[in-house]
Amino acid sequence: MAQNDKKLYGLLAKFDSPEALVTASRRAYEAGYRQFDAYSPFPVEDLPRAMNLKPSPIPWLVLAGGFAGALGGFVMQTYATVIDYPLNIGGRPLFAWPAYIPISFELTILLGMTAGVLGLFFFTRLPQPYHPVFNSPDFLEHGSQDGFYLELQANDPQFKLDETRHFLEGLSAAQVSEIEA
Amino acid sequence: MEVTDETRVLEPGHTYNSATQKILDIPLSRLRSTPIGWLIGFLIAFLIMNLLLIAVGNLFVRGVGIWGNNMPVGWAWDITNFVWWIGIGHAGTLISAILLLMRQQWRTSINRFAEAMTLFAVANAALFPILHLGRPWLFFYLMPYPNSLHLWPQFRSPLVWDVFAITAYLLGSIMFWYMGLVPDLATMRDRATNKWLKRIYAIFSFGWRNSARHWRHYQSLYLLMAALATPLVVSVHSIVGMDFAYGLVPGWHSTIFPPYFVAGAVFSGFAMVLTLLIPLRKFYRLTDFITNRHLDNMAKVMLAMGLIVAYGYTLEVFNAFYSGDMFEAFNAVDRFTGFYSPLYWGLILSNVLIPQLLWFKAVRRNPLILFFVSIVINIGMWLERFIIIGASLTKDYMPSSWNLFTPTQWDVMTFVGTIGLFLTMIFLFIRVLPAISVFEMRELVHHTTHRDHKTLPAASQPQAKRGTHGAKR
Repeated sequence: MAQNDKKLYGLLAKFDSPEALVTASRRAYEAGYRQFDAYSPFPVEDLPRAMNLKPSPIPWLVLAGGFAGALGGFVMQTYATVIDYPLNIGGRPLFAWPAYIPISFELTILLGMTAGVLGLFFFTRLPQPYHPVFNSPDFLEHGSQDGFYLELQANDPQFKLDETRHFLEGLSAAQVSEIEA
Repeated sequence: MEVTDETRVLEPGHTYNSATQKILDIPLSRLRSTPIGWLIGFLIAFLIMNLLLIAVGNLFVRGVGIWGNNMPVGWAWDITNFVWWIGIGHAGTLISAILLLMRQQWRTSINRFAEAMTLFAVANAALFPILHLGRPWLFFYLMPYPNSLHLWPQFRSPLVWDVFAITAYLLGSIMFWYMGLVPDLATMRDRATNKWLKRIYAIFSFGWRNSARHWRHYQSLYLLMAALATPLVVSVHSIVGMDFAYGLVPGWHSTIFPPYFVAGAVFSGFAMVLTLLIPLRKFYRLTDFITNRHLDNMAKVMLAMGLIVAYGYTLEVFNAFYSGDMFEAFNAVDRFTGFYSPLYWGLILSNVLIPQLLWFKAVRRNPLILFFVSIVINIGMWLERFIIIGASLTKDYMPSSWNLFTPTQWDVMTFVGTIGLFLTMIFLFIRVLPAISVFEMRELVHHTTHRDHKTLPAASQPQAKRGTHGAKR
């Protein structure tokens, strides 16, 4: 480890099971760490609560997108059939709102989904091909298959290399390694 | 609940690694070790697909006159195929979205494949109305866009609703499918040994790194997309049903169409999933993941939908006579005894009578019989679409213009060609992408090895489900 010429990004601790990762994440939060992340090859349901993460704001985006789709679709059809191109079909009302519902509905769903997907990219900062955690060879091998990792970042005020390493080892981590930025 | 052979959704003994490896070895195997069976299958599918190329090429040069369509039958095989394909697509969304919301564990090993099937079926379906336009290169006229003619589509017509429904369905299905693929692409990136392959998967996985902070957003979105896809799938085929129900043609003008079409769609879709999965699981030895329980459950859904469809047939006949409209009544009698009556009785046989076999567990758990039943249902559903769409049009309110429809070779080639296109895409899909969702399979492994969890798999758990073990702050 060449700490002198390479900047330290943080410490990566590996755990054997999702349960151990949940416990470790909770202890890390309780110990005052805030700049940290956990990695698991499938979503572990207790993890967000253990890490004290706020609920995802994505539902609000989906709601907004859906609302925009519903309103936009309805207004577009009203504008087209009442104002821009009024077409008299056997004297039927121009403002035939029941007929606008299907398209408004489809656009509600389409825009709701699209807003959610764009929101996911926004909140996760993806696409992001490089991340320091990929510098760990062990993470590359197991991170997306059977490894459970806790990453404590060096920019956390609580972070002190030796103390933090000691803290992680105390959490029964299978191994602790340094990752370069 | 005791887990027995009957209820098992995953064979015991799998670890995170073994499940990952077993599924990903199929798409990640080297080019030279591609199974010979795959090559033969792909080649056949590809050759069939070329029929479509020829048929469509000829259509572009000579126009829709090469088809058998002629007044009064303006909608024939083309629209029949459209409705048939889009119906097949519905099972994928149903499996992935509705079963996710219902927290059905057995969904996990079949949802990815079913979603892919949806995409390919919808792509095929969307071809037909466009080819039928006469001037297919002007298909964008269907969309509202600022144009020099200052014209708008007719928003009061179900045909325009259909354009929006299919577009929303196609785009929504792509997003839903791709969302589910991203974590698996990341796993493939990490497992791939070939440098270029690794890069390709890295690009398509957006640098996904399984961070808990990402999973939280991801699960929230995935669940919401499922919740949105569920009404979407119902609306799409309802609107397809309205294409006909809004028309005054005897045999079309019926309020039962939207729900009856949706049930028929699910019926044929599950049949197609079974038709494809049974050989697939045999060929790639995936019976650990796609167990007899899966076949059993799908057969049960098929049986239920078959009964709804049978109810639809009964009600169609009842309404025809109850309406007091002599043309409606004649249409019903004509279906029983007219020129197309062999097709009608064929559909009754294959959609109503033969599916009754599925009441028996021995049939539901016998892959071979189930495979044949599913093919019979696929054929039956195509016949049903043709009887409703094509045959109804042959005899409408003006007896002087009655005329029968017979397909030309180009009709046949176009239809068979789309089957080739569909199979070609399925073959390519199972070769380059995981046919079973790997991260959800790992989740399933986790849940089946920790039986004390009262939790269920799939990305169905957003955050903060209270009352489970641990992690209370």
